[in-house]
Amino acid sequence: MVPLSYYLVLSAVLFGLGVVGFLLKRSVITIFMSIELMLNAVNLAFVAFSYQWQALSGQVYVFFVIVVAAAEAAVGLAIIILVFRNRASLNVERLDSMKW
Amino acid sequence: MLELLWLIPVLPLAGAFVLGVAGRRWSQRSVVLVGVGSTGLSFATALGVAAAFAELPAEQIPVVKSYFTWLAAGSFRIEAAFLLDQLSLLMVLVVTGVGFLIHVYSVGYMAHEGGYYRFFAYLNLFMFFMLVLVLAANYVLLFVGWEGVGLCSYLLIGFYFLRQSAADAGKKAFIVNRIGDFGFTLALLLMFWTFGSLDFTSVFARAADLPVESAAWGQAGILTAISLLLFAGAVGKSAQIPLYVWLPDAMEGPTPVSALIHAATMVAAGVYMVARSHVLFAHAPFALMAVAVIGCLTAFYAASIGLVQNDIKRVLAYSTVSQLGYMFLGLGAGAFAAGIFHLMTHAFFKALLFLGAGSVIHAMHGQQDIRHMGELRKKIPATFWTFLLATLAITGIPGFSGFFSKDEILWQTLISPSLRFGWLLWLAGLVAAMLTSFYMFRLVFLTFCGQGRYTPETARKVHESPRVMTAPLAVLAFLSVVGGWVGIPAVLGEPLGISNWFEHYLEPVFAPSTEILHASAMTHSHSEELGLMGLTVLITLAGLGVAYTFYLRNPELANQIAETFRGPYRVLVNKYYVDEIYHAVVVRPLHWLSERVFWQVVDVGVVDGAANGAADRARQLGAWARRLQSGNTRSYGAWVVVGTLVVLSYFYFGKEYLFR
Repeated sequence: MVPLSYYLVLSAVLFGLGVVGFLLKRSVITIFMSIELMLNAVNLAFVAFSYQWQALSGQVYVFFVIVVAAAEAAVGLAIIILVFRNRASLNVERLDSMKW
Repeated sequence: MLELLWLIPVLPLAGAFVLGVAGRRWSQRSVVLVGVGSTGLSFATALGVAAAFAELPAEQIPVVKSYFTWLAAGSFRIEAAFLLDQLSLLMVLVVTGVGFLIHVYSVGYMAHEGGYYRFFAYLNLFMFFMLVLVLAANYVLLFVGWEGVGLCSYLLIGFYFLRQSAADAGKKAFIVNRIGDFGFTLALLLMFWTFGSLDFTSVFARAADLPVESAAWGQAGILTAISLLLFAGAVGKSAQIPLYVWLPDAMEGPTPVSALIHAATMVAAGVYMVARSHVLFAHAPFALMAVAVIGCLTAFYAASIGLVQNDIKRVLAYSTVSQLGYMFLGLGAGAFAAGIFHLMTHAFFKALLFLGAGSVIHAMHGQQDIRHMGELRKKIPATFWTFLLATLAITGIPGFSGFFSKDEILWQTLISPSLRFGWLLWLAGLVAAMLTSFYMFRLVFLTFCGQGRYTPETARKVHESPRVMTAPLAVLAFLSVVGGWVGIPAVLGEPLGISNWFEHYLEPVFAPSTEILHASAMTHSHSEELGLMGLTVLITLAGLGVAYTFYLRNPELANQIAETFRGPYRVLVNKYYVDEIYHAVVVRPLHWLSERVFWQVVDVGVVDGAANGAADRARQLGAWARRLQSGNTRSYGAWVVVGTLVVLSYFYFGKEYLFR
């Protein structure tokens, strides 16, 4: 049987990759994917804990997260398409007009 | 009828309120109906109350009527209560009576002026506060009236507020009065601290139990302090040295105002207040002495300025200051009844003089300089005759009211057992009487007699005032003549079987003090009193004679004398340069201090500095902090990560480790 810590380390590694991607990549699409990666890292942790403690609520949460992520993807991709139509670019460093 | 006591002040208040709220659009007739009507009704009520009061048995006097508790804090209570005794009744009758006549006169005098409703609203409001002042049963309520009449005085002096000098005069009156009122307020605090109460009855009852204090400055006690501070208030309100400077300037107001507020009633409030506090003063010989000396100095000093003034109202203003000085001299001599007696007769003849002067100014279309008058006797006979009667009264020609009251004061000063150097004060008072006679007859001669010093065109336009103005003159003239007959001194009255009714009337009020002050009184022979009376009359006639020689028989003489004694003359014309001295010693340094220190250092540096400094810091902080909102999504993300790490490390390491 695979110990819990393996799952957790994997989850942390995935989450860390998501964070690093979020912070370093310039393309909005890639940033978006990094967010999905972080969400799924959390999902993995949920499922692992759920199995460890034999508690169902962790798995229920995973479904919630998947639903929210799906909704988010729908809205987010629509926004990205609109941004691209208006600015002809998806470089996040040039989308900084909302500032002081 | 005594139940209606509260109506006496409330009627004018209602009048003032109605006029102030709704009077603007009314016709003059409606304004008169409310303004004069309310005062008339108030006077009628006062007469009714007086009739009821006369039937009261002696042990029910004073009547104290409490209407509601105004202030209550622990054991400290201030009632809105009125006190009616012989003194306050007399004051109520004088205030409402003379006030009513002056209201009637104003109907004609103010007919061609703007702000008719405003004038009557202020005048009615003044009546209310003045009546509260004289009827109050405690010092706090008295102070309410005291400040209220000050306010109305300010409003009415500055009635023509578009004129800079009038606005300035109003401010001057108000500010100078504040100085005196500061003393008054201190007196109230000290009184409360000493007696634990500010009610007339309890304060006087407790003060009467205390021993009479030493007359020496160093050994005097609390009662002397209270009395002197009270007197400081009176000095401001009643325009005595050194705070008299506002009264001559107050002549900027309309003439009926000068008559009512600055001659007959408000300025006499100081005299009333000192007389009301007679128990305190009787226990403080030093304060009494100060009252007499200040009064005597003022009487002499103001009369000497009056000698050379050329504005008809200013002569009368200095005369008022001088006469108020006489009243204080009487009070200081311990002859409280004599002081009040002079207050009453003065209210009659000085109101008449001012109203007469107003009638002259009205006839001359605003001319106030007596050098440009003359020969008005035949043109405005009603004004002339009433003015002459008032002059005879104020100068103290035997038989007229001023003779009895002024002579009583001088005689009491001379024989006063409590006054040291009484004879010196008496002498100064005597000289002042001669000066009074001189400047008053100078005024009459220059205004009404001799050659007219104006263009024929002006002469044609001179007209007698309407009936509504001359009628009050006639009534006041009657009072000026007979008003003194209620106080004919025993030395004159006894052979005719007339007693001094006035003194007997006020006797119950002043009895506690009279016992203290006149315990050691010597008896004086009638011949002495008669002789001194004759001397006063002679000296008055001398003043008349000098005025006659200077201004009628030999008009050049006055100028020659002025030329010969140019130095003293200039000093007098410039009123001893007191205004200039005050300006240099008090106003300018204060102005400098306010501008250079309080404005430019304290206000700009400290107050503005603190406010602006705080704002500057906030702005700098904001300027720095807004850089955080860069618009760059990735930097926001980085902040989220940093925040998360902080929160996590807080729980991981514990707060002891992180925030030591």
